[in-house]
Amino acid sequence: MSTGATPRHAATPATIAQGPAVRMTGIVKRFGAVTANIDASLVVTPGEIHAVVGENGAGKSTLLRVLSGMFAPDAGTVELFGRDVTGWSTAQAIAAGVGMVHQHFMLVPTLSVAENVVLGIEPVRGLRFDRDAAERRLATLARECGLACEPGRLVRDLSVGEAQRVEILKTLYRGAKLLILDEPTAVLSPPEVDELWRVLRTLRAGGATIVLVTHKLDELMDVTDHITVMRAGRTVGALVTARTTPAAIATAMVGRAVQLDASGLPVGAAASHDTTGTPSRVSTQAFTGPAVGTPTPAYADTPRLALHDLVVAGPRRARAVDGVTLAVAPGEVLGIAGVEGNGQTELVEAIAGLREVLGGRVLVDGTDVTRFSVGKRLRHGITHIPEDRHARGLVLDYSIADNLILGRQRHYARSGRIDRTRVRRFAEERIAAFDIRPADPDLPARALSGGNQQKVVVAREMPADFRVLVASQPTRGVDVGAIEFIHDQLRAARRAGKAILLVSAELNEILALSDRIAVMYGGRVVHEVARAHATAESLGPYMTGAAA
Amino acid sequence: MIGVILLQTLRIAVPYLFAASGGVLAERAGIVSLALEGFMLGGAFGATLGAHYSGSAWVGLLCGIAAGLALGAVHALACVRFGANQIVAGVALNLMVVGATRFFLRLAFGSSSNSPRITGFGGEGTAGALQTFANPLLWLGLAVMPVLAFVVMRTRFGLRVRAVGEKPEAAESLGVRVATVRWAAVVASGGLAALGGCWLALDQHQFTDQMTAGRGFIALAAVIFGRWEPVRAGIACLLFAFAEALQIQVQGTNAIPSQFVTMIPYLLTLVALAGLVGRSTPPAALGRSEG
Repeated sequence: MSTGATPRHAATPATIAQGPAVRMTGIVKRFGAVTANIDASLVVTPGEIHAVVGENGAGKSTLLRVLSGMFAPDAGTVELFGRDVTGWSTAQAIAAGVGMVHQHFMLVPTLSVAENVVLGIEPVRGLRFDRDAAERRLATLARECGLACEPGRLVRDLSVGEAQRVEILKTLYRGAKLLILDEPTAVLSPPEVDELWRVLRTLRAGGATIVLVTHKLDELMDVTDHITVMRAGRTVGALVTARTTPAAIATAMVGRAVQLDASGLPVGAAASHDTTGTPSRVSTQAFTGPAVGTPTPAYADTPRLALHDLVVAGPRRARAVDGVTLAVAPGEVLGIAGVEGNGQTELVEAIAGLREVLGGRVLVDGTDVTRFSVGKRLRHGITHIPEDRHARGLVLDYSIADNLILGRQRHYARSGRIDRTRVRRFAEERIAAFDIRPADPDLPARALSGGNQQKVVVAREMPADFRVLVASQPTRGVDVGAIEFIHDQLRAARRAGKAILLVSAELNEILALSDRIAVMYGGRVVHEVARAHATAESLGPYMTGAAA
Repeated sequence: MIGVILLQTLRIAVPYLFAASGGVLAERAGIVSLALEGFMLGGAFGATLGAHYSGSAWVGLLCGIAAGLALGAVHALACVRFGANQIVAGVALNLMVVGATRFFLRLAFGSSSNSPRITGFGGEGTAGALQTFANPLLWLGLAVMPVLAFVVMRTRFGLRVRAVGEKPEAAESLGVRVATVRWAAVVASGGLAALGGCWLALDQHQFTDQMTAGRGFIALAAVIFGRWEPVRAGIACLLFAFAEALQIQVQGTNAIPSQFVTMIPYLLTLVALAGLVGRSTPPAALGRSEG
């Protein structure tokens, strides 16, 4: 235990078995007028994996940041292994063996893995930074913890899952025995998620205590030991994983019953949002195609959206989309499955008009829109829910009302002057229709939780008169309640005869909403199948390129 | 004639090398180096004052460096401490130095255009190549980029500079004091660029109003041309200097209209930046005042 080469997280559970590892009680944290935590509590047993769940804006991240020393609480106490550490600093937390893995990675892309890990406590030899020693120590640590890692690689060349492992190694290198992970699975592909669980179990076996925030209920069940449920800033439940169910957790989270399918995704449309009055509590397991309670696509021979041999360049590859031909009928949802980075982003951007098309054509109701500008496409009825709501979906410093008319502002202007009254009336109507909270049109989008921000984007991109919707990761990083709501909207649009191209990294989402499924791999469509004939198992090999 | 051009190239390159080294250091730490021009001019004036009152080029050199460090501290105060817009702060500093040197020139020497003759490096009796090679600043100038490369790429300070210039929040979360690293980089960049000004003043044996004549900006172009890598930036400096030396020689022959000849270095800069560099990615946090 003399050098940084020895992982110091390997304290045996026996030595720390007295009392909880973490005891947070009566935590209150306010940011100006917003109260993020009110009477929140958290008790973590040493050597367990503990999940904190809750809807967006429930105060999970705030609570964990109080624990990690980033925020000082306005009231309440934080104890670590019986020691009162309320209001400590990040540096003190790190010194005491508390490491936080942030949702947005804190890595320097142009530095190597080893350089990122040792930054701030670099080994030196004379004047030089001792790179060899850094790489050697990291390799030893990684081997002892069972984490695969190549110390010499540049971080910008890593996949998201690999980058996350570097984040974990960073905390372990600093001797962390309590790991805090803020939504670690939100950015990972399914195999990477499995790998993460394996790593966390290994660390637990080595004596580490792990606290994580997540939205994905199905994952919790087989990984965690205890679950703390938060709602509206309060702790509303502390559950033993072995003695609860996803449905019970979901109910505690939203404060009302949510029907879940086997994978933990909400199922069916709540009656209050059902526009056609058709019975809509359709279980995905019984899903047999588009005929369930919906009009059959009427003009199957003239697709709403048609792509002919589309070729699009990407930032890294010359032919990121390499000759894709697809058609979406009115009233149809075509799901694009695939591991991220196989051309889906470029495909979506090409249809939306954000990326130049090198070859092929995009047709909407028979009209060639390939050379149309974004605005002209919009007027032609093509709307787009972008995958990154912060980069493309919202102007975070604009109000909700202004965000709701982005790109449509000309309709609210008279001789160049925006009619504020009409904008406000429209915003109030949309906020009510989409249950955007808080219901204040003047609030900047930045102040909303992720789920409500996404609802603003969806509310704008799904007006009454659109024809084609390209929805890219429409429920990424939003809570169960918002997922349910957005899925309802997509189903309603489908019933109204819109054509929907759905791109999602969540295979469950694709399976739950699509009529047909196309799998993209290496820029091509390698598999196309009716929903009724597809399962996660049958699509898997195409997604990884193993079958073609 | 080749020999003359090469010698000329070296003499022209030295101030660029110093200024560009300062530029590389500050920009790798994430602070835009528009103030190089001001650092150089301040350094030239400091060197003139020091050499004039002491009669020693070495004292002049030290005074020049001190002036550069002080101006670097002013720039760091604005950009790091107060988070000012780095471009505006750089321009303001440049204008401030022009005005201040003019004011003190009049105050000290009673002239608004130039100082009296000062001493320089190398004996008065020697001339041409010998005098140039006897100048320690020449060798320092040629060594500065390799040394900087070592500092930036191989030392702990350099690692932190690169981290701070790319992703300050990551560095901060690991306990690296971002502001301290940036202060050090910007102050040192002032001192380095000022050495370029010292060369000008000591080489021309006087200070003249606005004597840097845009060299700080050419040095900044060399930084970008060199993709923020010390040795590449050094090669860019030599290339720009060569173009300028060529221009001076060709101008003497009257073969081509002089206006066109004068354009050569600038055209080369444009061509280099537009075509030859390819994609150049600046430090990600460059110019971000909130970082």
